[in-house]
Amino acid sequence: MSVLIDGSTTFIIQGITGREAVNMTRECKDYGAKVVGGVTPGRKGRDVYGVPVYDTVRQITDQMRVDGAVVSVPPGFAKDAALEAIDAGIKLVVIVTERIPRGEVAEILEFAKLRGSRVIGPNCLGLISPGKSKMGGIGGTAEGTRKAFVAGSIGVMSRSGGMTTEICNTLSAAGLGISTAVSIGGDPIIGSTYAELMPLFEADSQTKAIVVYSEPGGPYEAQLAAYLTHRKSRLPVVAFMAGRFMDEMPGMRFGHAGTIVEGRADTSTEKIRLMQQAGITVAESIESIPSLIQERLSR
Amino acid sequence: MRFYEHEAKTLLGRQGLPLPKSGNAKTPEEAEQIAGQIAGTVVLKSQVLSGGRMKAGGIRFAGSPQEARREAGAILALAINGQRPRSVLVEAKAPVRKEFYAGVIYDALAKRPVLIFSDMGGIDIEQVAEQHPEHVARAHFSVLEPFSDYQAKNVVASLGITGNQLSRLTPILTRLVRLFLQYNLTLAEINPLCELEDGNFLCLDCHLDMEEEARDRHTRLLQELGVGREETRQARPPTPFEIRGAQVDALDNKGVAGHVIEFDGDLGLIIGAGGGSLTLLDAVRKHGGRPANYCEIGGNPSVRKACELTKLILSKPGVEKIAVMMNVVSNTRVDIMARGVIKGVIEAGYQPKDKITFFRIPGSWEDEGARILRKYGVEYGDRSVSMDEAARRAVVNMRGR
Repeated sequence: MSVLIDGSTTFIIQGITGREAVNMTRECKDYGAKVVGGVTPGRKGRDVYGVPVYDTVRQITDQMRVDGAVVSVPPGFAKDAALEAIDAGIKLVVIVTERIPRGEVAEILEFAKLRGSRVIGPNCLGLISPGKSKMGGIGGTAEGTRKAFVAGSIGVMSRSGGMTTEICNTLSAAGLGISTAVSIGGDPIIGSTYAELMPLFEADSQTKAIVVYSEPGGPYEAQLAAYLTHRKSRLPVVAFMAGRFMDEMPGMRFGHAGTIVEGRADTSTEKIRLMQQAGITVAESIESIPSLIQERLSR
Repeated sequence: MRFYEHEAKTLLGRQGLPLPKSGNAKTPEEAEQIAGQIAGTVVLKSQVLSGGRMKAGGIRFAGSPQEARREAGAILALAINGQRPRSVLVEAKAPVRKEFYAGVIYDALAKRPVLIFSDMGGIDIEQVAEQHPEHVARAHFSVLEPFSDYQAKNVVASLGITGNQLSRLTPILTRLVRLFLQYNLTLAEINPLCELEDGNFLCLDCHLDMEEEARDRHTRLLQELGVGREETRQARPPTPFEIRGAQVDALDNKGVAGHVIEFDGDLGLIIGAGGGSLTLLDAVRKHGGRPANYCEIGGNPSVRKACELTKLILSKPGVEKIAVMMNVVSNTRVDIMARGVIKGVIEAGYQPKDKITFFRIPGSWEDEGARILRKYGVEYGDRSVSMDEAARRAVVNMRGR
């Protein structure tokens, strides 16, 4: 099993003729993902690495089953693209685009909830179930992806796309491997938070433990801590907290848009305290994560 | 991006929110003139982005235009939390009967905006929420459905407010919500929102933040307000080094190589990507290194950008060596980074092996990248060297190899 995607997942790429999206299309196809179509308005009839391009999402969903969509369009068009995918009945929408204003993200998420679609991102690299499929630029080329992501038993959720690969590479090298890794996005408001994805991993028999990459800013680590406190999860969680130096520099923006520290609850110190209180093991370095997981699993 | 109070009040005014008579003075003479036009006692308010103005002496009162001139001079000369005031806002002093609070922010858990209202204004809303939760009302609202007066009315009425206060407060809150949505604000706060002796209401102080990501959607407005593109409006203004970093990043639209933030150490950092930079900066500090800067590289920047960023960091006073480190990269090419950094070091007049303490970027095109670095005698770490270990070696190599 896996979470959210598997080998049969079909998806489309919106903005498929863009520079980044062209690479992503090739990489996903090379990896074995079922990319069934792409959308760029006005480019109907072309193809990108054998993937047919259409003007609208409906032109694709009218003729076949589409499980997911990757939105890879400039920020000014991202809201419309996401709404189009949701309106066409697509149930998993991965928004790669960075720099979408919060108000528009809120619109997308409210509409998605109304229509029963799940959103991953924005500002993410997508997700992967190693050996089955990947949706988005996560891992890069098929060759690079195979190197860093080996199938296994650890579920990964990360606010940083690049650090998803780093962590998964470390877990793979240690022989633990990945069930599904989700780059959840670095924005202040995201479609699927750690706590919201936890039940999916809990229901997945392949997943034995969870690794979380977290940063200062926002309430999602506290939300995860509250979730684990109120409900006994069968999955041990190991977290890494980056950006500890930021506690000394309130109001400055580092890394992702979500990291501005506005109050005491947003600091890494407070988040580490809350996570530890909830039974999460907080790692001091990425390289120490595999042994911490082994330790938790052998308890 | 935070607005100065006088800019924020210009926005409130455009939305029809009630404001005291006022003028923005850049000199004591202008303050005198504005005070003369207002007539009566005026309040002079330092225009800085910092809180705590009252305590610091940045808010003063004047009974005459001459006094206004003197006080404005004192305020303009006074730095608050290291910030020199831009100007002085001169406002008619209002006879206040009661202070309220109204604010709108996004709630990241509900993933919706929330309207917050309190009948205990004038103090920090977090403090009120902690000590007097029964005096704070909240209502989340939809960004898809239209916002209407009744929603604001429900919030006000939930605190037991009725009569003239309810009818006057309702449209003020509705307008604040519209302002919040129209200008892509992430915070819109009127505090205090005051009821005067005559029953009218005025917005006496306010705090508006526009989302960084939305700035290019409001270029005309920002131009009208005189907000420059280079103004970051963060906790402190950007340093010349940081401004030059932004210029490097703007050289072309291939990837990111910039967003530098200045520290005072001796080890220049060329690090990425977003999360990787946070992780690596922590690791360098943990191993006793003294970073000269923060920066972000990602999205496969050009040789040119990597080269210029390298030169910029090497030119920073106090920088002795640099370390080049990233997490395992997917789309950034290791060989391009290696080329750019080596070119930058040579153009700055140094030998790469003397200046680069460690180079750890594993990922696409890593074999080619390693070959280039080997040629110049630079130590390269692949994915078998952890980020933590890379940071440790970078710090150790500062002392010479």
